[in-house]
Amino acid sequence: MISARVARGAAGVAGLLIAGELAGITGLIDPDLLPRMSTVLSGAVSLATDGDFLLDVQGTLLVWGLGLLIAVLIAVPLGVLLGSMPRTERAVRPLIEFMRPVPSVVLIPLVTLLIPSDHGVKVTVIVFAASWPILINTMYGLKDVDPVAKDTLRSFGFGDLSILGRVSLPSAAPFMLTGVRLATSIALVVALSAELLAGGSDGIGAYMIRAGAGSRTDLVLAATIWTGVLGLLANSLLLSVQRRAFRWHTVKSGGGS
Amino acid sequence: MLDVVNLSHTYGKGPSAHQALGGIDLNVAEGELVCVVGPSGCGKSTLLRSIAGLIKPTAGQIRIRDVAVSDTPGDLAVVFQDYSRSLFPWMTVGDNVALPLRRRGGDRAARRAAAADALEEVGLAAAATKYPWELSGGMQQRVAIARALAYRPSLLLMDEPFGSVDAQTREDLEDLVLKVRELHRMTVLLITHDIDESVYLGDRVIVLKKSPATVVGELSVKLPFPRDQIATRELPAFVHLRAEVGRLVRGKDPFRPFQA
Repeated sequence: MISARVARGAAGVAGLLIAGELAGITGLIDPDLLPRMSTVLSGAVSLATDGDFLLDVQGTLLVWGLGLLIAVLIAVPLGVLLGSMPRTERAVRPLIEFMRPVPSVVLIPLVTLLIPSDHGVKVTVIVFAASWPILINTMYGLKDVDPVAKDTLRSFGFGDLSILGRVSLPSAAPFMLTGVRLATSIALVVALSAELLAGGSDGIGAYMIRAGAGSRTDLVLAATIWTGVLGLLANSLLLSVQRRAFRWHTVKSGGGS
Repeated sequence: MLDVVNLSHTYGKGPSAHQALGGIDLNVAEGELVCVVGPSGCGKSTLLRSIAGLIKPTAGQIRIRDVAVSDTPGDLAVVFQDYSRSLFPWMTVGDNVALPLRRRGGDRAARRAAAADALEEVGLAAAATKYPWELSGGMQQRVAIARALAYRPSLLLMDEPFGSVDAQTREDLEDLVLKVRELHRMTVLLITHDIDESVYLGDRVIVLKKSPATVVGELSVKLPFPRDQIATRELPAFVHLRAEVGRLVRGKDPFRPFQA
């Protein structure tokens, strides 16, 4: 079943590539405006061994990973705190709902004024954007903890702190990971946006600006493909962690047993 | 062993307040198995949660071995109806059973051994490394019982423990409770809405009426041990007792066929 799904997905991608290629060959689209798919793909292949591009990938991976790490370190404890204090959560909730939809890209000019280093700007904006899904999911996970599970431990004489550590956190962990997975995709989008808008010397975004300035649309598109691949890899990695580590959660919420 | 004196509990305040318990007196002697039976929603669970220290009753007193209970006594175990919610799905069966033993001290090896013994007693020695959700409902409730047994509580509270399993499993679990209780001379307070079950299991049956819950009657069950699902239930004494309990639950006067 999984292989059938993969095959269907691959067919969709192949269809798009063939359509693009045909549009180029038949002259429907001017290859100067949109390069042929074969040109873009061969560009992508050559980028895989291009030292300059790989340095830029490294730069993006660095701010992406650092931003995510800081977001986790801030949002998980905060979510645990708010999720276990319903009154405080109700007081803070409107603020969260107000801040959350603010597009992180609009923060770039402001953050650029405040922080001199361009890496600092990128990481700050990524942290801002990536924290919300982690925070919201952690809070939700903590509120979703089964009261019977908590009562069970309490009736054996365990205190609040033990209940938090032995019931609430393990029970909320799958939600936290879901939050991190959503944040990972968002963080990549924001990392690229920041690289394109905030300038700076490295990153896939910076590479795209340089390639664009040299009218190498094929390489801009090739770099775009690699960005998509990075996002896909990160997402599948976290999905497989989720399936392995939290099999109990999938089984339970899937109505199993 | 357990004394409940004039226990009252009211949920909420003001006009929307709901009085769940209206002055309950009951006691359970050391080694006794007492069943509390009453209609659904009569406040049985509120009573059990008060004794377990999960809620603070508005008035009255609970004493265990003459010590007034405030907070969670820490020396009792509760078996809930919802085994699937009460067992922790991220832990193996063995770890689930061993977890409360942390409150008792002792090292990891000792806890494991105690958990293994308890699982053996409920007939699940081979399931220690499985996860709760890999077991059937009846087996999961056995695990919950094993967890309570391993803890060696001075008082075992059971809240509708067999309400979520099929009839055959229910009978097996009833006999399991009788067996382990006999083996450990445990003191048990079991809450149920099933009249037959209360008579079959109990040394004594306490009947509650609803809103607010008060004790309407108490019957001593003098049926011989060991009890048997078929033979015990066909005894005239069993049939008589379940009729008595049924009348109390339904709030009807005793049936007097020779009085017009």
